[in-house]
Amino acid sequence: MTAAVLDHDSAHAHEEHRTSLPINSRKLAMWTFIGSECLLFASLITNFVIYRGSHAKGPGPKDVFEVPLVTAGTAVLLFSSFFIVMALNGAQAGNRKKLMTWLSLTVLCGVFFVGMQVYEFTGFMHKGMGYSTNLFASSFFTLTGFHGTHVAIGTLWNITLLKDAYKGRIPPSKSLNLEIAALYWHFVDVVWIIIFPVVYLMSLFAK
Amino acid sequence: MSTQTAAHGAHEQKHASGAKYVQIAIILFVLTALEVLLYEVSHEAGPDGFYGFLAAHFVGILLFLSALKFWFVAMFYMHLKSDIKVLQWVFGFSLMIAVIVICALFVLFTYNRTLWWATGAWK
Repeated sequence: MTAAVLDHDSAHAHEEHRTSLPINSRKLAMWTFIGSECLLFASLITNFVIYRGSHAKGPGPKDVFEVPLVTAGTAVLLFSSFFIVMALNGAQAGNRKKLMTWLSLTVLCGVFFVGMQVYEFTGFMHKGMGYSTNLFASSFFTLTGFHGTHVAIGTLWNITLLKDAYKGRIPPSKSLNLEIAALYWHFVDVVWIIIFPVVYLMSLFAK
Repeated sequence: MSTQTAAHGAHEQKHASGAKYVQIAIILFVLTALEVLLYEVSHEAGPDGFYGFLAAHFVGILLFLSALKFWFVAMFYMHLKSDIKVLQWVFGFSLMIAVIVICALFVLFTYNRTLWWATGAWK
């Protein structure tokens, strides 16, 4: 490889990710990814709504769902969205202490939510509801399991950012790294905003 | 700084302040509390009176409250309100396709259960 080519590659590496729009390409890519995720969760939620009454064999929603526990999880996830937006605010202002404090709280919320789901799923197993017990159980575990996996991935992502923040690697000029992770985290929250009433409250209310 | 970076920076400048984020958090918390309250009230309600009305419109009200929360998070926490408009189109278009997928699945499964296509009931 010639020196000219090396120079060219190096210039590319340091250049902004250009698109024809006045926006960073990584941010646009995250929004496009979020768009595709909308389709995935729309299918899973619809699948659950169609099959939620199919529990002739084994327990149904009224036998297993615990609204207070899930309400607590919902509140925690909503607060985590607030925490990460405050962390981003701190990163953009160059306030490392603020960034680390709010990001740590976001990570804690993520861990709590995943823990809540593990506890909930374990309880369901003890009540005799496994993945293949009936169609209601299968569609429920698929939907909430997918969402829980997204939360777990988001939490791991936030932990790596927290490590970067600790080492001073997220100055205001690199706050976009956190903004993209925050977009993903907010999307996970937005999906739960739909799942909580549709899966839990409506299923318990259905005659 | 490139034009693109400058434009991106200008968009970031327009993001809401910490106080605004606190306001949104309070609104989201109140809306969630309303959802749970609605469930508790409607669960035991009879067919008459205000509670009966809430019970009759439980699903509609719940979906409205969820849509409201969705809108607040997307617009303010995800910065769609202050960011470049094309992102609203990207997200809006995805949501539109998602709604079409939901409707298509409902139609497919509802009609499939009665075998409308096999029995010729549609004629």
